[in-house]
Amino acid sequence: MQTHAEHDVYYVPPPSIWPLVGSVALLVLASGFVMLLHKIAAGPYVMALGIGILLVMLFGWFSTVIRESLAGKYSDQVDTSFRWGMVWFIFSEVLFFAGFFGALFYARILAVPWLADAQMLWPGFTAAWPTAGPGVKTVLTPVDAWGLPALNTLILLSSGATVTWAHWGLQKGRQFQLKLGLALTIILGALFISLQIHEYGEAAFTIRDGIYGATFYMLTGFHGFHVMLGAAMLTVIFLRALAGHFTPGRHFAFEAVAWYWHFVDVIWLMLFVFVYWL
Amino acid sequence: MYTADTAAHHDHAHGAPRGIMRWLTSTNHKDIGTLYLWFSLFMFFFAGALAMLIRAELFQPGLQLFQPAVFNQLTTMHGLIMIFGAIMPSLVGFANWQVPLMIGASDMAFPRLNNWSFWLLPAAGLLLIATFFVPGGAIAGGWTMYPPLYIQGGVAYDMSILAIHILGISSIMGAINIIVTILNLRAPGMTLMKMPLFVWTWLITAFLLVAVMPVLACAITMLLTDRHFGTHFFDAAGGGDAVMFQHLFWFFGHPEVYIMILPAFGIVSTIIPTFARKPLFGYVSMVYAVASIAFLSFIVWAHHMFTTGMPVGGQLFFMYTTMLIAIPTGVKVFNWVATLWRGSITFETPMLFALAFVFLFTIGGFSGLVLSLVPVDIQLQDTYYVVAHFHYVLFSGSAMAIMGGIYYWLPKWTGHMYDETLGKIHFWLTAIAFNITFFPMHFLGLAGMPRRIPDYALQFADFNMISSLGGFLLGASQLLFLYTVIKCVRGGAPAGNKPWDGADTLEWTQTSPPPYHSFVTPPQIKLVRGRSHANAR
Repeated sequence: MQTHAEHDVYYVPPPSIWPLVGSVALLVLASGFVMLLHKIAAGPYVMALGIGILLVMLFGWFSTVIRESLAGKYSDQVDTSFRWGMVWFIFSEVLFFAGFFGALFYARILAVPWLADAQMLWPGFTAAWPTAGPGVKTVLTPVDAWGLPALNTLILLSSGATVTWAHWGLQKGRQFQLKLGLALTIILGALFISLQIHEYGEAAFTIRDGIYGATFYMLTGFHGFHVMLGAAMLTVIFLRALAGHFTPGRHFAFEAVAWYWHFVDVIWLMLFVFVYWL
Repeated sequence: MYTADTAAHHDHAHGAPRGIMRWLTSTNHKDIGTLYLWFSLFMFFFAGALAMLIRAELFQPGLQLFQPAVFNQLTTMHGLIMIFGAIMPSLVGFANWQVPLMIGASDMAFPRLNNWSFWLLPAAGLLLIATFFVPGGAIAGGWTMYPPLYIQGGVAYDMSILAIHILGISSIMGAINIIVTILNLRAPGMTLMKMPLFVWTWLITAFLLVAVMPVLACAITMLLTDRHFGTHFFDAAGGGDAVMFQHLFWFFGHPEVYIMILPAFGIVSTIIPTFARKPLFGYVSMVYAVASIAFLSFIVWAHHMFTTGMPVGGQLFFMYTTMLIAIPTGVKVFNWVATLWRGSITFETPMLFALAFVFLFTIGGFSGLVLSLVPVDIQLQDTYYVVAHFHYVLFSGSAMAIMGGIYYWLPKWTGHMYDETLGKIHFWLTAIAFNITFFPMHFLGLAGMPRRIPDYALQFADFNMISSLGGFLLGASQLLFLYTVIKCVRGGAPAGNKPWDGADTLEWTQTSPPPYHSFVTPPQIKLVRGRSHANAR
């Protein structure tokens, strides 16, 4: 059994203003969004203010955490907390995507065939996928899975490889490999997002085109948003790598972002198979 | 009994800050727990006031006070605020205060995140309550937010969607914090199967929260895009299905029911052994029962939708899985009764609440079993029988367990004993008024009175009047609760470290109130007379 001396005191931070700032930010952001939805002129400005406050909060909060980390205040036990925290956060994200995938499967396997069975209501409607539904009169031409999406799959999978290569570099103390790997990962992420935007521009249907358009844009849109978030996190990690914050033994921030990046990668594979391909 | 071999207490670099900043910027689990509890008490009275208005309208047949649209706003907001504003935050308040104290941790795993989880609540509460003052009034489609009604409403509907998003962020972060605290911050020697049952129930509840809040977020996001961005998720004309929302909502909604009851089980499982002066009977089976209930909660959701329409195979599946829940729940009830068996029982206020919980929650559980039967449910769907059922599990279940927990730990939290006489009066008033209010609703529902209506047929008049009178008494009794709590916070007989001689969890080894930073160095846990299976010979 361990004795007291072997235990570091678990670091409890002093009072902090950032959580409150974050709450104000989200309240302002939500209010601005409601105003925007209801065409009140101030809406976009209120939203911008909310985003501004949120960015200040994120910067302030993470700066504090980084300072504390560099000052050596985090014991191994705190490190374990961060690891568990990130694991459960990613778990909640998995469930978030599961909800949208659930909607896709429900619509495709149950709702659309049921609509085709209801001949009295929708004469002439046949269950086929993709469909815009019986009441929306557009002919859907889906995106070809083996065009841009396949290329994007390759890009995102490669970025998963480069971030792992960067991690190997970090573990072996090769700082150059770390920085190069991270830079490549960010570039591949940016390339992915650019190609997604291009694909959106070329697509022959919109989010308004029935259940297919809705599920397509909701799933790919939220995924793209997560890629952007991941790329922003990678950029912060890249800057921190340049500043020499990471040592072979202690670099959980890097690992957390790498986990997140792999998570985004896996979600993309699901998207590729179930949204684009099958 | 848990004994803590505490090292000499030494202060952290920071003590309790003074003034308002202590609360605004807190990183202390006790202060944040207190904030949660006061917030939930405020919301309890706010949503309770709405309930008083509902009962006033239903006092007699005919439109008395409100137009139907306003009445719908009252029922919707009463439900939403009681669930998200009163019951859930108060249970998180208990988790904040008690989990670190019960496992010998210095604080929560992420103290700043903990504060954010709390301060998001007033932001969301403000958005939600403000809906009463926008054009079109508050949301009126029921707390379940079903489309297409929910898609057709005004500004309030968008505000409520965003408020629920913020509440969801708060819940997910709070739940992650609780899980990590329990997994990583237990004192040496406190293995998982030696944890107090309250901690176990919260570990499992937090898991449920992390798993289902994102699904709710996803469902209401689809509502928002259907409202404003032209998607057709819940619109058959575009190939969508309004029923899909119900599936997504209840995939969240049913685990949510257990999110509100499992920590209450934990509180009751703490109180009963204390006042029966016996270790909890069947600790291990209690843990497995809670885990089984949590697992089953993921595969029963469509029992809320029997009248919505689904294949017979689906109805049977969800009926049988729902009935299965009675087994682990029965294990718990029998264990509580077995704990009482041959105990040296005394009837202090917390114990009265806990015993009432066992009795009344069981009634609510049985009416739930009745509703799980498809043919019966088709008859009773959306009647007052359902209203009676979920108030028996939510009020005499969750809320009364919470009140019992408040009386149980107030001496620890404040350092003062509460007024036992006032506490007992509050208990009896609450228990009696509750039954006067809600028991007649079973009869109303069986006779066919639909819920969510401001007016009703004449044959329901008598029971409604009885129910309203009980409701007013129930509401008024809670003012006595408020008075008793405030009186205890302001002063009273010194509680001493351990006012309950049968209590045996770690928090009682601390002073009352505990030091601002307790267990700065983790205590060594020695199980002398344990609740763990290892020692329960």
